[in-house]
Amino acid sequence: MSAVADPVLPKRQSRAWVKFRKSPSALLGGAIVVFFVLIALLAPLLPVPGPAETDWSAVRKTPSAAHPFGTDEIGRDVLSRMIWGAQASLLAGVVSVMIAVALGVPLGVLAGYRRGWTDAVISRVTEALLAAPFLILAIALAAFLGPSLTNAMIAIGVSAMPIFIRLARGQTLAVMTEDYVESARAIGVGHLALIWRYILPNIFPPIIVQGTLTIATAIIAEASLSFLGLGQQPPAPSWGSMLNIAKNFLEQAPWMALYPGIAIFLVVLGFNLLGDGLRDALDPRDT
Amino acid sequence: MSGTPILEARALKRHFVTRKPLFGAPTVVRAVDGVDLAIAEGETFAIVGESGCGKSTLARLLVRLIEPSDGRVAYQGKDIGDLSEQALRALRAELQFIFQDPFSSLNPRMTVGALIEEPLRTHEIGTAEERRSAVARILTRVGLRPEHADRYPHEFSGGQRQRIGIARALVSGPKVVIGDEPVSALDVSIQAQVINILEDLKEAFGLTLIVIAHDLAVIRHMSDRVAVMYLGRIVEIGTADRLFQAPAHPYTEALLEAIPIPSVGARKAHVAIEGDPPNPIAPPSGCRFHTRCPYAADICRTEAPTLRDVGDGHQAACHFSGDLALKGIQPDDVQRTPAATRRFEIYSAARAQADPITHQDPSNREETPHAYR
Repeated sequence: MSAVADPVLPKRQSRAWVKFRKSPSALLGGAIVVFFVLIALLAPLLPVPGPAETDWSAVRKTPSAAHPFGTDEIGRDVLSRMIWGAQASLLAGVVSVMIAVALGVPLGVLAGYRRGWTDAVISRVTEALLAAPFLILAIALAAFLGPSLTNAMIAIGVSAMPIFIRLARGQTLAVMTEDYVESARAIGVGHLALIWRYILPNIFPPIIVQGTLTIATAIIAEASLSFLGLGQQPPAPSWGSMLNIAKNFLEQAPWMALYPGIAIFLVVLGFNLLGDGLRDALDPRDT
Repeated sequence: MSGTPILEARALKRHFVTRKPLFGAPTVVRAVDGVDLAIAEGETFAIVGESGCGKSTLARLLVRLIEPSDGRVAYQGKDIGDLSEQALRALRAELQFIFQDPFSSLNPRMTVGALIEEPLRTHEIGTAEERRSAVARILTRVGLRPEHADRYPHEFSGGQRQRIGIARALVSGPKVVIGDEPVSALDVSIQAQVINILEDLKEAFGLTLIVIAHDLAVIRHMSDRVAVMYLGRIVEIGTADRLFQAPAHPYTEALLEAIPIPSVGARKAHVAIEGDPPNPIAPPSGCRFHTRCPYAADICRTEAPTLRDVGDGHQAACHFSGDLALKGIQPDDVQRTPAATRRFEIYSAARAQADPITHQDPSNREETPHAYR
């Protein structure tokens, strides 16, 4: 042993936080996400015209001092609609993924843990759901539930669930063969504790990555549902519905598509960087 | 041996189905094929055999980590095969297991403290406060420091990790500990250290220790009795001294031949066996060892020998045990050079002084977590 005193060991939580802070990409991702969340929350306080206010003297105007992001086909301010639309889009992205994870991960873990007929039933139903294309399934569910943003989120969440069932099941099967799971059984650890302390922490990195990727898909899916009148109800804005309308005017008014597109791109990038950073920070192995 | 054995196996079998075609007979591996064992309280019992002979399967059967195909295991006279899941889980506080690979057998996402505390937590032994101090105490006993409790397994070396595994197995105050090749994944230089710790703790905690190994040299000095396994069956069983000095089965002789003797000319003729063990899916007829046995005769190909007494409770499953003059290893075969002897003496003297884990007064029992029960 060396004569150097043992350094004071940081606590577990602070260790993850220290690692997170050291990663520039994770901080950037966090900053982007926080920025958009703040915009969404502060929308009513920001000095912009209402998102549904039309100005018939300024239809499809190029960006100017009065309308920094230009105006749309009925003279609404694009910047204002983007700020207000951030609420619907972020909600659609985050909440539907949370629904998908909350339903899919327990089912997948159950299938991988119990195996046998439990696995057979869950896996067959999952395959049946996967057989229908994601968007078609979401549209069918949303149509069944009725048009509203909440129902759209539920529909998207349920449609995205099969991916998480499969991922969680496969990861659980892999973790179950690890020696440390056998060591837990040798000690007499019960089923719930085993799932909680051994399986969930070890299957969670790929789920975090999949979750951040699915947020992007969910935002786009909300756009599609809005386009069909099944998501955000007009005139209330969402980035997806803005994009859908803008595609009709791509040659005359490209700014109508450009800014919502950039916003979706940035949010997805932000969530991805944040997710990667979280995964690395919460892994005790690499420093 | 007197009284009820602490752990007993009767006609224990475990067959694995490797392939099950739609029509026809399934392919079955007879990993453990009829094993009888009786382990006395307080002894160190070693099970040796080459890779694939079923010794790890046997170890797992003894604590019902896998279910037997047939036969039974009794702990303190009670059949553990009949226990409910709940009762079996409760029993695991007394029946612990040390795993072979210290790199894969510790959950990478739990701190060392949480890993070692887990058996106490699972069996609700002591308060949170008491558990923490029990973890600190057992860490010191295996030669680590209490501060190590906040670190993660990946921050430790193989030997240190195996000591964490030992601490985890011992913290709940078990009566029987089974080590599945506890040192074979470690460097040779670390093996002795871990074995010393196991021996010292066995002494201090009054354990019954069952050690699985493929290397006779490793278990030679630590075990009281040794069982030799070949293709799912025990071929010889007896006290360590007798088995090493006067083996009664040709396979044991061959295993002993494989131990290097560090002295020039110590060995003249070789009776090394050749080839791989036969396929356990289709074991040979008669004596399973006849395909590789240098002494095989006609009877060996047709008739399977059973374990029979060759004196003093020493048993061997060979038609010719007693008739063959098999070579063992005599204690004076292994001689150290004077320089090496001096080094070892200095080392053990230093260890006796410096290391608080070892050479401790065995009466100091209340130090152990038994006190919490």
